[in-house]
Amino acid sequence: MTGYLILFVYIALFIGAYTLVQVVRRSRAATQDFTSLKTVTFGDESAIRSDRAASVISILVIFLIWGAFTGSKLVPLHVPGPFAGDTSFSYEAVNAAGETDQATVSVIVHQVGEDVEAPEAAPGDGFAKDDAATVATWRQVLIRANRNDEGRTEEGFKITAIDGQPIAPGEKVSVEDGDVSMTAKGSLNFTPHKGLQMEPIWMPSPEAVAYRFVEIANEGYQNFTLWEHLGWSLIRVVVGFAAGAALGIPLGYAMGLSGWFRGWFDPIVEFMRPVPPLALIPLVIIWFGIWETGKIVLLFLAALWIMTIAARAGVSGVNISKVHAAYSLGASRWQILRHVIIPNSLPEIFTGARVAMGVCWGTVVAAELVAAQKGAGMMIIAASKFQLTDIVIMGIVLIGVIGYGIDTLMRMAEKALVPWKGRF
Amino acid sequence: MTGLSIENLSMRFDLPNGGHVQALKDVSLSLQNGELLSVLGPSGCGKTTLLNILAGFLAPTDGRVVLNGHDVKGPDAERGMVFQKGALFEWMSVRQNVDFGPRMKGMAKMERDKIADHLLETVGLQDFKEKAVYELSGGMQQRVALARCLANDPDVILMDEPLGALDALTREKMQGLVLKLWKETGKTVILITHSVEEALLLGERLLVMAPRPGRIHKEYKLPFAERGVNADLRDVKKGEGFAETRDEILSMIWGMEEEIMGRTEATQ
Repeated sequence: MTGYLILFVYIALFIGAYTLVQVVRRSRAATQDFTSLKTVTFGDESAIRSDRAASVISILVIFLIWGAFTGSKLVPLHVPGPFAGDTSFSYEAVNAAGETDQATVSVIVHQVGEDVEAPEAAPGDGFAKDDAATVATWRQVLIRANRNDEGRTEEGFKITAIDGQPIAPGEKVSVEDGDVSMTAKGSLNFTPHKGLQMEPIWMPSPEAVAYRFVEIANEGYQNFTLWEHLGWSLIRVVVGFAAGAALGIPLGYAMGLSGWFRGWFDPIVEFMRPVPPLALIPLVIIWFGIWETGKIVLLFLAALWIMTIAARAGVSGVNISKVHAAYSLGASRWQILRHVIIPNSLPEIFTGARVAMGVCWGTVVAAELVAAQKGAGMMIIAASKFQLTDIVIMGIVLIGVIGYGIDTLMRMAEKALVPWKGRF
Repeated sequence: MTGLSIENLSMRFDLPNGGHVQALKDVSLSLQNGELLSVLGPSGCGKTTLLNILAGFLAPTDGRVVLNGHDVKGPDAERGMVFQKGALFEWMSVRQNVDFGPRMKGMAKMERDKIADHLLETVGLQDFKEKAVYELSGGMQQRVALARCLANDPDVILMDEPLGALDALTREKMQGLVLKLWKETGKTVILITHSVEEALLLGERLLVMAPRPGRIHKEYKLPFAERGVNADLRDVKKGEGFAETRDEILSMIWGMEEEIMGRTEATQ
């Protein structure tokens, strides 16, 4: 239910923000650069410029919805939360003599984790006595309302109505702040209204995640600091990738330069390339164990084929005129490899390295989910076993940030080291 | 014995479907040092094959190429190449491209710089020495290619449509530059082109080749290159004999093209 509501709100905000931004823009003087004068934009990819306002609003909307549906204090608007506070409902009982009487059940609905003592209810008059109970938000409580009533054990005693609405075993009625249902044995089950917000064990609020981040950053989690967890994941990726590149790149060059190498290794590379690294986890565990060696071997295999293919493509991509020109200028084979083939293949190698780093980062997290004492993946799988959703979400966000950071660094390195890419 | 001599060159190779191609048949030619030769012909006449054999990238099935008394067996710095485009090293600066040959030979930096400075001045790129080659226009890139080839001081310069990818105006300027470099350096130059005008302007001798099998159809001795060294090329084109020779060669090549078309239609 909440899911559909979130989808609906999201679509409404998407359309609403667009309309609003268009209205605001129309009222202001438009800048007149070349692209803005193009009349054909639908189908002209070069005329499509990412709308900065849309990006900013998009991120705001995610946090707005997240906050609104988790009762965050950072967000001014909320969907109705669960009922909390004091409430009561009355019930009507019939005794063996056919007399009726009413009594009141007071319920204190408190936050999860608070310890609240149920007040002693004054019994009141008549044979049906008042009751009291406590329940946490999003939970339900079984109230044996008749437990203190006179004549409850006699034949014919039963509760017939809640707040004036008739009830029978198995039925449910609504009261002011919740629902009351009757069990087969005649006890009452009170469920306070849950509202539309999500319970923290399913989806914690943004500030709860941030708070948990600060806490774990200071105190660590499961015997290791946060930086050790993330650092170990990164070290595994870097070592595994470096090993894969150290073997894959020379192998790729050899396959690009020698028919025997290509013929020998093509079947192996082409067969191994489509095998997802995750499918190798069981075998790698059997062969190399679950600790560091196993993980690094797995990441090595994840990077190896990608780097081999990238280096091979880099060699194949060299314009034959360049090689001919270098020979005609008196270069030896070794000089041609060093000064022509290797620099020429760098753009391809960088593209491969970006892909390989992405795959390795994904693979290391998955490998840590299977078995690890430390690492980003281990952190979230351990937290999920205790339903510490805030740690799970924090971990996912950190994994995403680091993955994005790796890719950004690779792109910066590419720009600095192969400035000619795509320009010649 | 000096000069370049091509003796009974033939090139024939098998196709996967069992047929074969006779790319060149009995091509013979001899060039004195310092001669300027242009080669013209319809596509498929084997002119690029001939150039690749001269450069040493292809081995002929028959005949041989002799340069200054020794056989050509493979690529070597004595025979420089200038390609149509894409042969510059884009990861090197203009200077690094130009001094590539001397650098590979292990020449000292001082000496290399002197060569590069001199050649870049000759081709008019003295202000672009440290630029990346991808920042230059097409015409400038071909100037770099010419300078790079000359930096190695080759005996023969082989040009494979060096101006083919340039726009008409740049091309005219570059034709003047090629003539100037030829005259100043006294190198033997063999230039392949598709353009009849260019072949006339940039050839003391002009070979017209014919296809299937690739062979020399006719050879001309022309005065236009010598005239072009001292005069404006546009005046040379308007000058005595140019238009007539151009028309004669054009009709000759048209004739060959029609013959090919006719033969293709007949076999279909």
